[in-house]
Amino acid sequence: MQRIKPDARVTVTLEVDGRTRRGTAEPRTLLSDFIRHELGLYGTHVGCEHGVCGACTVMVDGRAVRSCVQFAVECDGAALRTVEGLAENGELNILQRAFRRHHALQCGFCTAGILMSTTDFLARCPDPTEAEVRDMLSGHLCRCTGYQTIVAAILDAAAELRATTKPSKGERP
Amino acid sequence: MKPAAFEYCRPDTVEEAIALLAEFGGDANVLAGGMSLGAMLNMRLARPAALVDIKRIPGFDAVSVNGEARTGATLTQARALEHTALMRAVPLLGLALPWTGHFQTRNRGTLAGSVAHADPSAETPLVLATLDGEVELASARGTRRLRAREFFVDVMTTAREPDELVTALIWPKAGAATRHAFAEIAQRHGDFAIVACAVAAEVDASGRLRALSLGLGGVESRPLVADTAAFLGERADRALAGAIAAAAAERVDPLNDHKASADYRRALVRTLGAQVLAQAFKTDS
Repeated sequence: MQRIKPDARVTVTLEVDGRTRRGTAEPRTLLSDFIRHELGLYGTHVGCEHGVCGACTVMVDGRAVRSCVQFAVECDGAALRTVEGLAENGELNILQRAFRRHHALQCGFCTAGILMSTTDFLARCPDPTEAEVRDMLSGHLCRCTGYQTIVAAILDAAAELRATTKPSKGERP
Repeated sequence: MKPAAFEYCRPDTVEEAIALLAEFGGDANVLAGGMSLGAMLNMRLARPAALVDIKRIPGFDAVSVNGEARTGATLTQARALEHTALMRAVPLLGLALPWTGHFQTRNRGTLAGSVAHADPSAETPLVLATLDGEVELASARGTRRLRAREFFVDVMTTAREPDELVTALIWPKAGAATRHAFAEIAQRHGDFAIVACAVAAEVDASGRLRALSLGLGGVESRPLVADTAAFLGERADRALAGAIAAAAAERVDPLNDHKASADYRRALVRTLGAQVLAQAFKTDS
């Protein structure tokens, strides 16, 4: 059993975008704050900070989750994927390119979270209907786009991913 | 929007978890997915001395389907939806879970956490009460099972003692002839339901209603199961669905809050209730 006193700081180790990263956290340190302030990964944004807006969504052990309603100490040893890990060799990946092509963002505050949700979602549901995409997006608030261009970008990215990654089943975009 | 300081405890066994709950004497919160608790901590609506994180207790997310289905305390909503045998045994749960929060919160939120939290508009408590399922509770004094209909007491208030841990939910298996339907009205999909309706109905070969459970969420301070005994034996058609919902609407004592007035909730019981009942009565469903 592990017990951490309220004012104690402990080392938390995570695998972040394929690299082992360490930082220190109090029990009450939110995972979102740990990612930004301890690891310096500012691509993950914090909006409402109570699990509603979806801006802080990252992937923890392969699933898209809100990082503002969990604690860094809870996730010790977990594998994280953040928006910083999406680009491949410095190039935007298929999903990111589709967002750019379709103008699926204006201010960009919600975008990192949506990209991480969509990465998980398309791995589980590679050929979604528009209704399924909109259902997944219901967990994100975007006050700029009206969602139309985001939906178009995701459907376009899904089609491109299906065309390019046909043989390898279950691979993440 | 940062939580107050708390001690973080991560037990490796159920025994350690219940010993911690006893030690803190009601001043500890059990942490599973944290999709409700996390928000309450951030807003400082909850300020416990300690959190008892049960997620790493081995096997605590197990599902078994035999004479009844049993879901362990840390089974997430997403993994429940992916569990084919569970969804076959408890189809009403499969109809209700897509209404629960969002893709991103179902990935972390648990069935048992939702039951322990006991929000009156939550789907999982409603389904458990509608199906007359049970909550398994463990403490140093032993293990007991409580019917969901007795477990839910009031808004976010249950019959769980402070030193008790919800260890599992028990779901009766659906009969082959039972039909189910679920729907709710919320301001946006994924928001808390203003009114949610869950139906399990059995209609015999001659089209008559043999058994019925009509669950109503969001209406009163806890999930409600309407008394529909007077309608058994009637022909299960759209007219009967309307009559049952109208009778239920007469008897409820709805909440009146910022989301909706009591009158609006009563009207939803009548209209949404009739739709969901009619859907369950349909022979092809």
